[in-house]
Amino acid sequence: MNEMSPPLNLSRRSFLGASLGALVLGVALPAGGRAFAQEATPAIVPGTRVNAYIQIQPDSKVLFRSAFIEGGQGIFTAMAQIVGEELDVDPTQFVVEGAPPGPDYTLIGGARFTGGSMSVRMSYDAMRKLGASARRMLLQAAATQWRVPIESLTTQPGRVIHAASERSVAYGDLAKAAAALPVPSNVALRSSSHFRWIGKPVARIDIRDKSTGKAHYAIDLKVEGMLYGAVQHGVRLGMEPGALLNEDQVKAMPGVHSVHHLPGAVAVLANSWWRARRAVEALQITWTEAAPGSTVRVMPADYSSEKHLAELKARTGDGIAFETHGEVGPALAGAARIVEASFDAPHLAHAQLEPPSAIARCNADGTLEIWAPNQAPEMFQADAAKVAGIAPEKVIIHSPILGGFFGRHFLYQTANPYQQAIMLAKATGRPVKLVWTREEEFLRDALRPMGVARFRAGLDASGMPIALSAVAVGEGATGRWFGRTVDKVDSSAVEGIAGKVYAIANRRVGQIHVDDPAIIGFWRSVGHSMNDFFYETFFDEMADAGKQDPYELRRRLLADSPRHRNLIEAVAALSGGWKRGPFTAEDGTRRARGVAMASPFGSEVATIAEVSLKDGEVVVHDVWVAIDPGSIVNPAIIEAQVNSAVALGLSSALLEEVVYEGGVPRARNYDGYPILPPDRMPRVHVRIVESGAPMGGIGEPGLPGVPPAVVNAASVLTGKRIRSLPLSRTKLTDAAG
Amino acid sequence: MDITINGQLHQLDIEPDTPLLWVLRDELGMTGTKYGCGLAQCGACTVLVDGQATRSCVTPVEAVAGSPIMTIEAVTQDPVGQKVVEAWVSQQVAQCGYCQSGQVMAATALLKQTPKPSDADIAAAMINLCRCGTYNAIAAAIRHAAQA
Repeated sequence: MNEMSPPLNLSRRSFLGASLGALVLGVALPAGGRAFAQEATPAIVPGTRVNAYIQIQPDSKVLFRSAFIEGGQGIFTAMAQIVGEELDVDPTQFVVEGAPPGPDYTLIGGARFTGGSMSVRMSYDAMRKLGASARRMLLQAAATQWRVPIESLTTQPGRVIHAASERSVAYGDLAKAAAALPVPSNVALRSSSHFRWIGKPVARIDIRDKSTGKAHYAIDLKVEGMLYGAVQHGVRLGMEPGALLNEDQVKAMPGVHSVHHLPGAVAVLANSWWRARRAVEALQITWTEAAPGSTVRVMPADYSSEKHLAELKARTGDGIAFETHGEVGPALAGAARIVEASFDAPHLAHAQLEPPSAIARCNADGTLEIWAPNQAPEMFQADAAKVAGIAPEKVIIHSPILGGFFGRHFLYQTANPYQQAIMLAKATGRPVKLVWTREEEFLRDALRPMGVARFRAGLDASGMPIALSAVAVGEGATGRWFGRTVDKVDSSAVEGIAGKVYAIANRRVGQIHVDDPAIIGFWRSVGHSMNDFFYETFFDEMADAGKQDPYELRRRLLADSPRHRNLIEAVAALSGGWKRGPFTAEDGTRRARGVAMASPFGSEVATIAEVSLKDGEVVVHDVWVAIDPGSIVNPAIIEAQVNSAVALGLSSALLEEVVYEGGVPRARNYDGYPILPPDRMPRVHVRIVESGAPMGGIGEPGLPGVPPAVVNAASVLTGKRIRSLPLSRTKLTDAAG
Repeated sequence: MDITINGQLHQLDIEPDTPLLWVLRDELGMTGTKYGCGLAQCGACTVLVDGQATRSCVTPVEAVAGSPIMTIEAVTQDPVGQKVVEAWVSQQVAQCGYCQSGQVMAATALLKQTPKPSDADIAAAMINLCRCGTYNAIAAAIRHAAQA
């Protein structure tokens, strides 16, 4: 290894060597260090073994191994705050990296992934205890060294203090001795009233490196002797490469090492990536259609987005019930008025700025080493082992920081390049770094599913909703990748239509499953990314039909739910008081506001957007978000994450759709798949409400309310309801002319 | 071919139409400049050529032979670049960070040419994409740097 960021890799090496039951609190343990080790216990309780997470260097810097991968959401900083608070180390003194695979890190119910906005809320208690345990071990080491009772010792950030003798010692000087001690089973935690870093707007620990080009992503890494690889995929999944018509000429191109047939792709290896790319794109490849029994999900040649949408819309019925309250049938039958509408949302690409890459290296000791962007190291390890035909423990997975993810880097098989890198490394006996071009990425990304939802509501004579029946039509990402049970609803397909908080006495939410030929995956806020748009815009249709103000109707239906009522009132107050409009702004534009609520990933969110129309398009001026995650770790990062979620939600509402024609996506780069540019970013105003409810997620919850708030506002101006995204499909005109 | 990057002369034996981006990343090991799209769409590859923000992914290296090139690796050696970086830190701009090298270089080019930019100047110059949506923080950091 060379050119990897040195302290991280040194630490990883020493850790890997010692991780089989050894307690390592200090660096540079002598070879006999394991003699001091705790005995390995057969059942490892995730998040308890200090050695697996914390390494204190002689200079008292804390190397911390995070179970969760940093991809912009600020999790490394959050870990430094939480652990630092109890360990008594300033977060600025932490160096954090993604942990290797292992049972110590499976903090999410025995599994491990960075997703579902779960990282902090699933590990908060364990990480506090971990930090407190490590502090206790340092105190014990000092007590032994000074021969004083442990009760007579205290700490200041990074130091143990013996006040009576006015002595103090740095953590770094105690680390080695502390390494010999057992991890205490019961430690007291700091009172939240004395928190110095948890709950405070602590600066991100990665900000300077990311502002100076020093942060290393997977695509930046290099190992000695590696070849660079580029691939050309069959345009439809299942197609296989046949004859290469100009292989000899391509092999003679500058720097080319070799040409390889892979499943569904051809690769060129060369001595630079640009040369590999140029060569692979020069290849004239004869493609054959998928053979019967193909092991991949074959993309039909006649598949199109238009056709798939028509198929979803054509499905009738109420589907399999997921959520029922009361008796929706009789209530609808007895309603004074029925409101019906159907909605749709397209496939979306992740379009994270860092293209996927992978480095694979077969080591002399029989291990396989992989560097790849990933949100689930153990899952990648198990799959890489299968590809390589070796035992999982022989696969070493490195998980670099991610240049954006939004759900992109789960195990999606054909959407991940590391399998190709393994095959190429095995074929050549050389380490291989494979980078997908942006074009190959748009061809092989795992997409946010396309979805359709139909709603039917009954209003009473006063215009109040008394019944609501909804059915979601499509396929959920969870069912696709973690197994779907026939006759059971995939919750990821209905979340955001189900789980709504309004007191409508009779309601039913169902799902009709329709296989999606495309590769689908998790996209920031998953089902919520479209389902809250469907529900919350239909809500305004109900309100209009019943001649109710949509904000006031929401408040009335939340009368018995103080948490939600407080939140919607908080966002209204943040926006200067609810006003729907249309109204004329100071600049003379005609504007309106829309409101929406969502309950994603354990948090509650209320959103208001203010829009105008210009040249047939929606201009979003301001978005106000009140978010209640129960309790918090870093308000500055929450505000940044809400800004980010607003941008992505708005991008999906305004611009984004993956369009297939003839089984092939039309767009292969940002020119054909525009994402939110700077000049369409609204002002974003955030209010954090800490209700004290169980801690919820942060990375995703800010997103789902944005599309419906924007569309509800735009519909006020157009005078016509908008039921299909993105808005760029439709030229919008102001009803007032 | 000779090219001058961050004040240092490099002699290259390379196809002259190779994009500057890949010369930086693969030949010279300067990975701070990022590959995002390869089509001058996203701006993650922005460097300064003669002080101008330039998208290195579509710039043949032969076209910049003889021109001074500044990359993110040297940004803090430039007084304006240093101010920009400090503003990026104080305003906590970055999230995933992948586009930020290009953003910092674009901001440095702007402030070199227009030390006190208006909001319209910022909007006209700062057109690089950010999938994390850090746009408001970027604009705030530029205003901050302009006052520093």
